[in-house]
This record gives sequence, structure tokens and C-alpha cells, in this order.
Amino acid sequence: MAIQSQGFGQSTHAEKRSWFRRNRDLSKFVLAKLGGGVLTLLFVVIFNFFLFRMMPGDPVGLYNRGRNQDPVQLAKLRAALNRPIWDQFVTYMRNPFAETIDSTRFSRPVWGLIGDRLWPTVLLVGTAIVLASIIGVWIGIRAGWTPGGRFDRISTGFTLILYSMPEFWLGLVLLIVFAVGAFGIPGLFPTGGMISPGLSGGSLRGVLDTGWHLALPCLTLTLVYLAEYSLIMRASVVDELGQDYLTTARAKGLLDSDVRRRHAVPNALLPTMTLIFMNLGFVVGGAITVETVYSWPGLGLLSYDAIKGPDIPLLQAAFLLFSFAVIIANVTADLLYAYLDPRVRP
Amino acid sequence: MSAGNSQTGMQSGREVARARRSANRRRLRRAFLAHRGGRWGLGILIFFVALALFAPLLFNRATLSVIHATGLPYQHPSFQYPLGTDESGRSVLARLAWGTRVSLVVGCAATVISMVLGTAVGILGGHFRGPVDTVLNGLSNWFLVIPFLPLAVVMATVLGPSMLNIIIVIGVTSWPGTARIIRAQTLSVEGRPYLERAKALGGSDTHQMVKHVLPNVMPLVLANTTLTVAIAILAETSLSFLGLGNPLEPSWGGILDDAFSNGAVSLGAWWYVLSPGVCVVLVVIAFTLIGRALEQILDPRQSVVA
Amino acid sequence: MSLLEIQDLQVTYRGTQGDVPAVRGVDLVVEAGQTLGIAGESGCGKSTLATAVLRLLPRSATVTGQIRLEDQDILAMTWGQVRAVRWAKAAIVFQGAMHGLNPVRRVGEQIGEPIRIHENVESREVSSRVNGLLEQVGLPAARARAYPHQLSGGQRQRVMIAMALACRPQLIIADEPTTALDVMVQAQVLKVLKDLINETGVGLIFISHDLSVLAETCDRVAVMYAGRMVETGPSQTIFTDPLHPYSAALAGAFPRIGDPAFRYAPAGLPGDPPFPGDLPSGCTFHPRCARAIDVCQTSDVELVPLGLGRMAACLRVSEGVL
Repeated sequence: MAIQSQGFGQSTHAEKRSWFRRNRDLSKFVLAKLGGGVLTLLFVVIFNFFLFRMMPGDPVGLYNRGRNQDPVQLAKLRAALNRPIWDQFVTYMRNPFAETIDSTRFSRPVWGLIGDRLWPTVLLVGTAIVLASIIGVWIGIRAGWTPGGRFDRISTGFTLILYSMPEFWLGLVLLIVFAVGAFGIPGLFPTGGMISPGLSGGSLRGVLDTGWHLALPCLTLTLVYLAEYSLIMRASVVDELGQDYLTTARAKGLLDSDVRRRHAVPNALLPTMTLIFMNLGFVVGGAITVETVYSWPGLGLLSYDAIKGPDIPLLQAAFLLFSFAVIIANVTADLLYAYLDPRVRP
Repeated sequence: MSAGNSQTGMQSGREVARARRSANRRRLRRAFLAHRGGRWGLGILIFFVALALFAPLLFNRATLSVIHATGLPYQHPSFQYPLGTDESGRSVLARLAWGTRVSLVVGCAATVISMVLGTAVGILGGHFRGPVDTVLNGLSNWFLVIPFLPLAVVMATVLGPSMLNIIIVIGVTSWPGTARIIRAQTLSVEGRPYLERAKALGGSDTHQMVKHVLPNVMPLVLANTTLTVAIAILAETSLSFLGLGNPLEPSWGGILDDAFSNGAVSLGAWWYVLSPGVCVVLVVIAFTLIGRALEQILDPRQSVVA
Repeated sequence: MSLLEIQDLQVTYRGTQGDVPAVRGVDLVVEAGQTLGIAGESGCGKSTLATAVLRLLPRSATVTGQIRLEDQDILAMTWGQVRAVRWAKAAIVFQGAMHGLNPVRRVGEQIGEPIRIHENVESREVSSRVNGLLEQVGLPAARARAYPHQLSGGQRQRVMIAMALACRPQLIIADEPTTALDVMVQAQVLKVLKDLINETGVGLIFISHDLSVLAETCDRVAVMYAGRMVETGPSQTIFTDPLHPYSAALAGAFPRIGDPAFRYAPAGLPGDPPFPGDLPSGCTFHPRCARAIDVCQTSDVELVPLGLGRMAACLRVSEGVL
């Protein structure tokens, strides 16, 4: 940013020097972001350990709340939890992902359980985020470009109502109207699950059937995410409206739509892109309540089962995974933002 | 301002400040009532607060017990049961009215915790800066990054299902947004001349924060409070739906949990599913409208209240 | 036929608290190759005047009068015709180059954009023309790949000038092109502008609050106050021998070192320019004028020719008192 040389002779030298400086700044920037991410992850890991062990009373009781376990499991649990806490902590920190205790509800190693449920969640939430970002950004641009106009008033009202809904309730309403059938509308969609019994996911019929099962939960999540994206995109577009460079672009003789597409949108898109990218972290965490409503066999439903248990080892593992996904997505979003915005790019 | 100035001649500084603040409050009230969205929000909110207050007079608590239910299971809405009945034949309307109390109390109590924490952390960080700020800022950033629902779920599960625990969990997890806003505002207040003066005159840190910073960040806290109540009520609904609330004192989310767990969806009992959600949406919109109205009025760029 | 002719231009913004007249009946003429300076404090309507020429005003503004660019009536054109005129016939150099450039696109792209819109040329030619333009304003061609924030204020302003030249317009409107630059850079940018006018022979409207800069750059100067012209004439005479009390105050605001007249003259002007929505009666300048008499408060004033190509709108001047 310093005053650069203006003559021709010096410029190549000066540019080369600034290239080196930029590269050094870049690695410093990336390292700082990555370091921050690692620190946050470490904090999550430590929090995850102490939250479940600092509660008053017998930890075995917490892990085993309100259920009779088979004696083998119980003995394993006692052996794991009755060691001195610092000893446990050291073992835990050596490998936070180690499977010392099985899921108390499914009596299986927790990471295996989670692995089985990962794909349905990624399919559901991933599809919803892609759809929601496309539609939401489009709505936000149109509404923000003429704030106070008819499109803006209708879409902002609509998105504000969507934003005020518990997402699972929206799911319940769609389910009761379009799957069970109410108010004279026949039940068009399945009431739950991911695939009809007897079909395999590999066949064409299986794929179509999965899509049919996917429709309602995906619609629910798309509407929920869309509300957030379009509100943010609208605000960023409105922020750009008064900017001088838009007047410059208009003065150049650009069509209004080109001024919007080529100048306003690239600037307004940056914050929304970052938000969408951060939300990708929630793909893994899924939508606990929406998956529950549609009995979609993903990580969300698994978490619901873990809460109902309560299945503490499973819950701990799921929390760790969700937090990791979000933190990694956050760091990536920061780096992506720096890459996309030349002003932040070091 | 001019009215205030003409009478300030013989008053002490404190009285001047008090007079200015009460004039600001009057102006705020007038501006708020002139705001259409704000009026709607306030209207809806007053309706639900009245419903919560008068629930014991309107609906006998005894009818909420499963044994003393008066109707048949899953009756459609009728004159006797305007919103139908639930799986045990209790009036959905009566349950909703009693649920309003729980939802509002949890939402407001959690918000109080969140606001106190957020304001304290924000002011402390903004006032002391340096290492205190670094630690507090790191803590708020951490809470901002961690996915809210999984964190709340994990904490609520460990603490066990109860209304108090839900309040604590929501309060403890939702403060960082407030802290961030208050910190920024504190930093800008800290640069103003009267604070420089208080520092020069040897005012203690507590004096500076309580007497000078706090009154100046209060309007912002107020606007943020209403928005936080909206978030807290939504969070409460989700947590109760997941079965983490007190099953004997169900909130709107708890009623939805009952409806879902007892198969109201597959039986097509739309009245049972629809009505608690409509209440949540209305109350959340009411708080959002009030918050947005306050934000617009308090926004220095459209300054109505200086 | 003059390059630009403006007759009785009126611009009124519709606001929530009533109409705000920003420009109230302005006439001006710019011949090809001539430079006209427009001086005045902020809020006097000079930027509104500049943006009105290309019909860039917001929708809340109503424009009446006539704007003829090369004998074409701008205000009667369809939007398609207006877009064809924009930048190809008349270009604007905006103020303070920081926000006039799109922050996320390379400056080369932004300079080349109007060429691509208005002329059907290959992209290779566009980039060679962009390089030529950059060199014309004294920047290395390699700077085309820079983003605006990587340039200094003076460099950005040069980029704006290069951009204005892109389609070889006949008229350039420079709206405070040197404001917010420090004095040395200001001088460099001014030199670039002056050289270009000499080389290319374009017509230039130069808007500034700094009368000394205008005196140095322009052939003629028009002084604006509260949406109207209060004095026009050859630039040097307005600066050294202003007629209207307002021009005198503007000229006095930038003292020349070594001139004893400035040492004793009362410097500066009391008060602020009036809010266009609430103008004083009579001569709008009378509340701030040291020489106002009673009749100034009631009687409207018009530009009156005073010989030697000079005009002024002041009762006392036309009476011959000043």
C-alpha cells in the first residue's frame, strides 16, 4: 500500500520486491488463521472432556442414566471412568477420537455408527444448501436492488416469517399437508425414511425413490436456509447501492442489469459467500430436528436417539465431529474470503 | 436539546444528565409508537402476555391433567374445544395458554442471563482492553463458532431435563453476539470527552464503567434484548421438542414434542401441530419487529434519539 | 454549433420534507476545445449540474430546461440513446477516486469496459489501448493488473482520467478531480489534465471549490451559489478582480503569498451556504453578504452583462457601487 515508484525503470525491481513481501505476508496470514483454528479445536476437545466429567455425582451414573446395562459393558464403563481424572485426561488428549466406551444405546463403537449415518446427512443438507444459496442469493439481489419495491416488500415479509419459524415445525406442517394429506390435499410424499423397503440404493428405481423421499425434508431445509441467505444478500446489495463506483459504471453507458451483474453483485456477494461457506460446516451437524421429523437416517436422527437415551459416548463423539466440521469450514471460509476479496488478500 | 439547555443553569451535572435521559426516553417512546412495525409487534406481544397472565382464570389447571381430561382424544376443533383436543382429550387451547407462560418465562429469563453476561463481557473487554480483552474476545469467538444446537443439546443432556436447566443453557450459549456489539460500542464511548474527564479526575474503573459507559450502551442493549428474546424462544422450542424441557410443564415446544411423539402427524391432527407453531412464529415476529423498530430508531445514522 | 449548451436547467429533488431545488435556472455554453471552470462551496449544485448532463441523477430528481450536446437534446432522448452518448461523447472524472473505482476488479478491466461496450473491437486491441491510455496519464502499463487499493490516491485519480479518455469523448466533466489529494499530487494530476486538453482538444468542464486551481486551468469560470450562477467571466479576471461579493470571498479564501492586498482583506465568509430546501428571499447570498442593503432581501437578481465577457448577478455591482 505504500507509495509505489512511478517511473518505468524502477517498477520491475519494486514489483519483484513487493511480490516477495506479499508472499511472506500471505504465509503469515494463512498460518495465523490455521493457528486460530487449531486453538479453537483444542478448546473444543478439552471442553468435551470436562463437560461430561465435571458434573456432580457418579460419572458412571451419568453415562448410564436410567437404564440397565449388561454387566460386561458396565464393567468396561467403570474401568474407564473410575481412573483418576488426570490420568483419564492424558489418555484422552493423546487421542480424543479413541473409542474407549461403546455407544450405550446401540452397543457398538461410536465412530462406526457415525460413519454409517454420514452419507444421508451430507445428501440432505448439502442439496438444501446448494438450492438455498442459489435461490436465496437471487431473491436477495432482486430485493436489494430496488429496496421498498413490490418484490422487496413481498420477499422480505416472506423471508422474515420463514426466519421466525422453528424449522422442525415447518417440517411437521409440510409433512401433515403433503405426506399425510390434509385440507383436501392428498398425501403425495412418503412420511419418512430415505428409501422404500425392498429397494436398493444402487438401482435406478432406488435412486428415484430416494429423491422422492428427499423432497420434503430438503424443501424444509431449503426454505429455512433460504430465508437467512436472502436477508443477508439483500442487506449487502443495499449497502452497495449508494457507492460511487456504481455511478461510474452507469456513466460508462452500462445497462442497469449489467451495472448490477458486473459491479454490484461481485462486491455484495463476498459476505454472503462467506456465510454460505461457513454453513457448509453444518452439513455434518445436519439438522437434528428436521431429520427427526422425517425419520431421515442421518447424523441428526442419530443425535436425537442419543439425546433420548441419553447415550453419552455417542453424544460426545457427535459433538466433537460437529464442532470440528464447523471450525474447519470457518477457517476455510476466512481463507476463501481473503482469496476472493483483493482488499483483504495480503 | 434547546429546552434542556435553557433550564440547566443551576443544576448539577447529574441532574442535567438525568433530565437529558428522561427526555430521550420520551422521544424514544414517541418515535416507537410512530413506527408501524413496532406497533404491530407490541400489539401481538401484549396479547400473549395477557394470555399468559390470565391463563389460570380462563382455563382450570385441573383439566390439564391426563386423568381429568374432559374430551375424547383427537377431536376436531369445535365450539367446546376451539383448537381441538390432544391425544388424551385435553383442550389444546388450554394447554397452549399454560404453555405461553413457560415459553415466555424461559425466553425472558434466558435473555436476562445472556444480556447480563454479554454486557458485562463487552464492557469489561472494551474498557480494560489488553490481555483481559484478548481472553474475553477469544471466549466470545469460541462460543460464536461452536454450533449452537449441538452445544446446547450436549449441555442440557448433561444437566438433565428441567426448565431451569434450559434457561441456563440458552443464557450461557447466546451471549457472545451481544458481547461483540457492546464491546464495539464501549470502544467508541471510551474515546468521548466526558470519559476522558472522568479518567483525568481519577474516577475508578467501576465508576467509569457503571456511571458513564453503561448508560451509553443501554439503548443498544435494549434493542439487542428484544432480538435475543426471539432467538431464545426459538431455541427453547427446539430444545423442548427434543425432549430436554420439563415434561410436566410443557412449553409450546414441549406440546409439539407431545404431538409428534404421540403420532398426531400420521393421524392428521393438524390443529394440534399447527397451533403451537403459529404461537411461536407470532411471538418471535413480534419481538423481531420490536427489535428492528428500536434498532432503526436508535441507529445513529437515522438518529432520532441522540 | 457549440459542444455543450445548457439552457435554463432546473433540477429539483423530491424529498420527504418537500421539494429541494438544487439547480435553479442555469445557462452555460462550452465550445469544443474550451475549458470552463465551475466554482462554489459544497452543496451549491455543481455536482448535480455535472451529473445532470449525462442524466445520472436519481429517480427522485426532476430535470427541466435544455441540455444540448453536439446539438442533440439529451433530455429528450430514450434511455438507449442516453446510454450510447454516455462516455462515448461525454465522460466524467469523478471526485476522490477512492470510491469511484470498483474495489474488486482490476483497473485495466475497468478502463477497458467502456471501449468494449461502445466499440466493436477485439479484446487484444482493448488491452493495447488500455496500456496506451495508462501511459498517456503517466502510469506504467503494468499497472493495468493492479486493484484500486494497491494504488495511491494520485494514481487512482490518473486511472480515472485514463478511463474518461477511453472512448475519445468530445467532452470531459471533471468533478473535483484533485480534492482529497495532497498538494504535490494535486499539481501532478492537474498537469496531466492540462497536457491532455492541449493534446486532444476536448472540451472540459472543471468543477472545483478552489478558485485558484480553476484560474490556472480554465479559460472561463462560472461561480455558483445556491443553485445559480452568480458570476461568469474569463478565469484570470474573476480570480484577480472578482465582481460579485461571493466570488471575492472565494478568491480571498486562497491567499496569494506576497500580495499585500490579501494581508488586510477580511478572510473567509461568515455562516454556511443555505440549505437548498429553505432558501433566503431576494438575493440568496444576502444573509452572508457584507455589502447587502435592504433591497437585496426582497429583489431577485439576474446575471447582467458588464462588458469584457463578464456577467454578475448582484444589485450593487449593476448599480456600479462596487
